[in-house]
Amino acid sequence: MPEDSNLLLSMYKTMVKVRQFESMAGEYFAAGDIPGFIHLSIGQEGSSVGICSALRDDDYVATTHRGHGHMIAKGADLNKMVAELFGKATGYCKGKGGSMHIADFSIGILGANGVVAGGLPIITGAGLSIKYRKTDQVAVVFFGDGASNRGPVHEAMNMCAIWNLPVLFVVENNQWASTTPQTYSCSVGDLCTRAAGYGIPGVAVDGNDVLAVREAALEAVARARAGEGPTFIENKTYRIRGHFEGDPQKYRKEAEVKAWQDEKDPINRYTKLLTQKKLLNKTKIQTIWDEVKAELDAALDFAKSSPFPKPEDALNDLFSNPY
Amino acid sequence: MSERKISASAALAEALHDEMSQDESIYILGEDLTAHAGIFGQFKGLPEAFPGRILDTPISEMCIVGCGVGSALTGMRPIVDLHFSDFVTCAMDELCNQAAKIRYMFGGQVKLPMVVWCPDGAGLRAAAQHSQSLESWFVHTPGVKVVVPSEPADVKGLIKSAIRDDDPVMFFQHKRLFAKEGPVPEDKDFIIPLGQAAVKREGSDVSLLTYGSGYYLCAQAAEELAKDGIEAEVVDLRTLKPLDMDTVAQSIKKTYRAVIVHEACVTGGFGAELAARIQSELFDYLDAPVGRVGTKDVPIPFSPPLEDFVLPSVADVIEAAKAVAYR
Repeated sequence: MPEDSNLLLSMYKTMVKVRQFESMAGEYFAAGDIPGFIHLSIGQEGSSVGICSALRDDDYVATTHRGHGHMIAKGADLNKMVAELFGKATGYCKGKGGSMHIADFSIGILGANGVVAGGLPIITGAGLSIKYRKTDQVAVVFFGDGASNRGPVHEAMNMCAIWNLPVLFVVENNQWASTTPQTYSCSVGDLCTRAAGYGIPGVAVDGNDVLAVREAALEAVARARAGEGPTFIENKTYRIRGHFEGDPQKYRKEAEVKAWQDEKDPINRYTKLLTQKKLLNKTKIQTIWDEVKAELDAALDFAKSSPFPKPEDALNDLFSNPY
Repeated sequence: MSERKISASAALAEALHDEMSQDESIYILGEDLTAHAGIFGQFKGLPEAFPGRILDTPISEMCIVGCGVGSALTGMRPIVDLHFSDFVTCAMDELCNQAAKIRYMFGGQVKLPMVVWCPDGAGLRAAAQHSQSLESWFVHTPGVKVVVPSEPADVKGLIKSAIRDDDPVMFFQHKRLFAKEGPVPEDKDFIIPLGQAAVKREGSDVSLLTYGSGYYLCAQAAEELAKDGIEAEVVDLRTLKPLDMDTVAQSIKKTYRAVIVHEACVTGGFGAELAARIQSELFDYLDAPVGRVGTKDVPIPFSPPLEDFVLPSVADVIEAAKAVAYR
């Protein structure tokens, strides 16, 4: 367990940042300020922050349609993120991507992905590139229990295993693939057991325990950097919000959602732990939440005051070598 | 131009050798590459010359193309060998949702230099799943460039451009033409820019607009037509995206008649797009409707008489050319 109190507190702050970002996004989406669809990761902050706390800036991450948390935990710029959600010219993708297609190549974020499991073949390529270039970077892909049933996952696990690539497969088993329960759609309860079929170490982690996730990530990252190949981590967690904002959620009972909140909530659990360690108290907690809110408010101001792209900008950025 | 004649396969290997010698970030990945230097022997000499840079993969097309994408995004210049162009179907997400869109949807943050080398085409009695010409699918996908060379020199010059390009390029090379020989410059700097068609035979009566294997049909048809007093101009488009519409226009402004010839099936083929552009941009220069010659709209059948019947022939080109020329 890491004992560096600055690190522990900074992880806490990042979790709060993800939570507040997602709450803000839900609020502004409901108000009609954010077009399209958004998928929120509230309740899954233990996974995003725990994994990314073990990474360097030059490590790669490929994420999903539910990717805001991973982006923030990897160090993405809030101004550019909010602006992208709002469809503004100052957003990460100048308004061409939106919530499901944010990337920041300057800090190794190879992109969110609108295609379920779309990140796995790409991260395999990133892993191959690392090996080819002989650096000690690692490449991490996040995906969900729903994605775990798609073909590319299995191709990627096999390929990363045979080539011993420095890759972390992180499945966030949040129990629901859109409206379909994991217990129905997956042939096994513990998705990490599938790793054995590819000769990859697989581990199930309490995904709402951010330090347990970090520990698993540190171990996997160390293996990867040492040239010992891929690791499969299953973070067992829960999707508190609907699949998308506005999801009527007729497929599950409120009591089930409730059971994963409060005491099982990753931020509440971590707050309790850090309070016991005397790293947090009520005043400190308030200060951190206020600081994050101020940062987010500034990002909102930035986004709101930013211009929309010019319509004809839709024709730019297609090719690096245009004709 | 050099008079040295080599095969299309040799031209490909020579170009790859040149490019790989100059740029360490280029590597080739795909199925069954090292044992026989590619299943068609198309990479002859490369596994020995560049050990570790020709990677055999498992049969995993999604991940093969995904590897291309992920490595291109992180500093490499991959050449992905798809074994048979038909197998693009196994990797359409990676090609069309990922490779084609990544640069655009991320706001131009990144370049994606990747060549997807697709051996395509019929005539080898390989039947429905190993004989297709699928280039128009990718012409219809913004974000990728599409190259379909015909002669060996085109293969050499265009694959070099495709490799040096910073965008995803679909490179369709006809399987039946691998052994076909032609003059190919030895010059390492020989290159054909993408988007440059070639007038390979001049003529004043009808423009035969073609690419890939269609070029050879047109070249032969033009000789036959000449015997009947019809001088056909053969325009090899070479790249479909970018398309050299200027050369097409210059030719039609001379002949006032055009027939488009390709091996892909007619309906929804590239000829449909080109005919539409010709009628909208060159209507006043047309003395006849634009003709189209392609494969009949069925999957490629196995039995020789069946396959020969559905594929476009020299006679089909002659008939189509005469239909517009005598109008």
